[in-house]
Amino acid sequence: MTDLAPDQGGEAARRRPRRWHILVFLAPTVIIYTAVMILPLIETLRQSFFNVVDGEHVFVGFANFATLFGDPRWAADFWNALGNNFIFFLIHMAVQNPIGIALAALLSLPGLRFAAFYRTAFFLPTLLSFVIVGFIWKLILSPIWGVAPWLMDLVGMKALFGPWLGKSGSALIAVSLVSVWQFIGIPMMLIYAALLNIPEEVIEAAEIDGVTGWGQFFKIKLPLILPAIGIISILTFVGNFNAFDLVYTMQGALAGPDKTTDILGTFLYRTFFGFQLQLGDQSMGATIATIMFLIILTGVCIYLFGIQRRIRRYQF
Amino acid sequence: MYRTTLQGVLLASSILAGVGTAAAADVTLNIESWRNDDLQIWQEKIIPAFEAKHPGIKVTFSPSAPTEYNAALNAKLDAGSAGDLVACRPFDTSLQLFEKGKLEDLTGLEGMKNFSDVAKSAWTTDDGSKTFCVPMASVIHGFIYNTEAFEKAGVEVPKTVDQFFAALDKIKADGTYIPMAMGTKDMWEAATMGYQNIGPTYWKGEEGRKALIAGTQKLTDDAWVEPYRVLAKWKPYLGDGFEAQTYPDSQNLFTLGRAAIYPAGSWEISLFNTAGLKLGAFPPPVAKDGDTCYISDHNDIAMGLNAASAHKEEAKVFLEWVASPEFATIYANALPGFFSLNSTAVEMSDPLAKEFVSWRETCKPTIRSTYQILSRGTPNLENETWAASANVINGTETPEAAAKKLQDGLDSWYKPAKM
Repeated sequence: MTDLAPDQGGEAARRRPRRWHILVFLAPTVIIYTAVMILPLIETLRQSFFNVVDGEHVFVGFANFATLFGDPRWAADFWNALGNNFIFFLIHMAVQNPIGIALAALLSLPGLRFAAFYRTAFFLPTLLSFVIVGFIWKLILSPIWGVAPWLMDLVGMKALFGPWLGKSGSALIAVSLVSVWQFIGIPMMLIYAALLNIPEEVIEAAEIDGVTGWGQFFKIKLPLILPAIGIISILTFVGNFNAFDLVYTMQGALAGPDKTTDILGTFLYRTFFGFQLQLGDQSMGATIATIMFLIILTGVCIYLFGIQRRIRRYQF
Repeated sequence: MYRTTLQGVLLASSILAGVGTAAAADVTLNIESWRNDDLQIWQEKIIPAFEAKHPGIKVTFSPSAPTEYNAALNAKLDAGSAGDLVACRPFDTSLQLFEKGKLEDLTGLEGMKNFSDVAKSAWTTDDGSKTFCVPMASVIHGFIYNTEAFEKAGVEVPKTVDQFFAALDKIKADGTYIPMAMGTKDMWEAATMGYQNIGPTYWKGEEGRKALIAGTQKLTDDAWVEPYRVLAKWKPYLGDGFEAQTYPDSQNLFTLGRAAIYPAGSWEISLFNTAGLKLGAFPPPVAKDGDTCYISDHNDIAMGLNAASAHKEEAKVFLEWVASPEFATIYANALPGFFSLNSTAVEMSDPLAKEFVSWRETCKPTIRSTYQILSRGTPNLENETWAASANVINGTETPEAAAKKLQDGLDSWYKPAKM
């Protein structure tokens, strides 16, 4: 009898199934994500510490970073791109998100007719390829063939029209607004979902207490959707500081006129891959990519540790 | 004669194409190029002519967008996925590929003797010992004009700068046509069709270009700033909203017959011919009647062999053919405006192309000032010139300030004595 116990224990261990399925189900995502995201990221970070000196690929420590911030030309280009990127981001925060919230609030009004149609229409541009969006808007705003000058003429505002994409004062704003137009669907949908999640009881209680209309939105609904607004802000931040495609399709890799629409993404592209006679510089490109990574990381950390923890959540 | 052979070739190729799909043993050569406009001509004229003579070798022309070509090609060569044959940009872009071992040394190619040293200069090492691409064509800058627009406004073809601006004034006063079709949105138009087009007249072509490389002249010298001052005067003659006008917009404005003068490169000829307009061309105007004129006759395109190609023997057969007078004739006529660099004289049929090429006899040719050596460093002089030219025309920067910025940028890395 006594020698049975270890046998039983062994059997129990044997009977407890090895949970292979966890590994099997995780594997595809882990492998793919590692291969296409984590490894390239590590490789980029590594490469930013290397450069080609006299034809040799050598470790240079922080020399690339010193060039990026120390050399007046590199620094000027970098700060210009970073500054433009902040303007790009601020326009999104100031225009895209409030309008997104407003649209969501209107859509969630009970009794709104054609709500499904509006929802689809507002969200549609988000589904379009940035190439199409960039090209369409370039055509719309074209002073030669565009419909914008013609439409403005119809309402007698032709004089206010300008070749916005070609003027250094307005190009960045124009491109930002096109981007806002394209991505307005995302905050709208997220907020819309958050608004629908607010229980009827809360709204009814508010109505019984006499809080309706605007007051109801600002006093009851807005505090309840704050977490969603936080998420949207951080998504906008990450998206904007990674942005490249729309500027590239609308303004080209030189991000004209005179680099006024140059954001970190286009600056990285030009440096890394080269442009026209300028040859690609992988090391400096990787350095810029690393800085971009750090900027985004910092932003996300500030949000996660500074803001998200303080947002009050309501459980129903 | 030429036409019938061509038809024969086309017929033969269409039959061969049918057979070719069955024969799996064929070697296929891929050509990388930035000339996406030429896709049809390669597919319909050039490749069939080659394949008819060389059964067993198939050729595919796979171009990419011009502004993306260099970056794409570098990436493809590094990754080992580039085509067997690559179109070579002139000077440093290709030289660096050769030095990195990406392009095969073609000095020993039989057909190289068909080209002069000047023709090969853009694809030869600095010491002149090795050539790595077979020169195909050069392009000439000038102005193309709409004959009807000139008749309507009653202007003669301008010879001097003063006449040029007088003509523009008249066309503007007449109001039927936009005086000049050019935009600054894409920036390279302003630099290539503007600055590099009229510039050689002021810096005296090769003389100034070599002095700039030697360091005896600076971009802030009068000879280099003056073209910017002239460019700044172009602004009132460009169409409404030229700041947002792209290169295709300019092409369309001109081919739709809405503009009178188009600051051009000869590569536009084949496209413009399809518009059915009566066109003429004149070289960049000079300061005083009788002055020597200078034109930009820029070595533009060549073809090299990818060192990692699996079919080098077949690719060399193709390159030998590219170096032959037969190819030169097909190419120069199929693409009027791309002038053969082959030493054998090529008979061209296109009147506009003939006009352009005739300037070679009266004017002194040079190449674009920024291409050789001067665009090796960071900031890149060519790219900076794009921005500077666009800024000067937009009026956001004075010619002097733009020139100073360019020279400062060049000084930051380029030491003439060391070269």
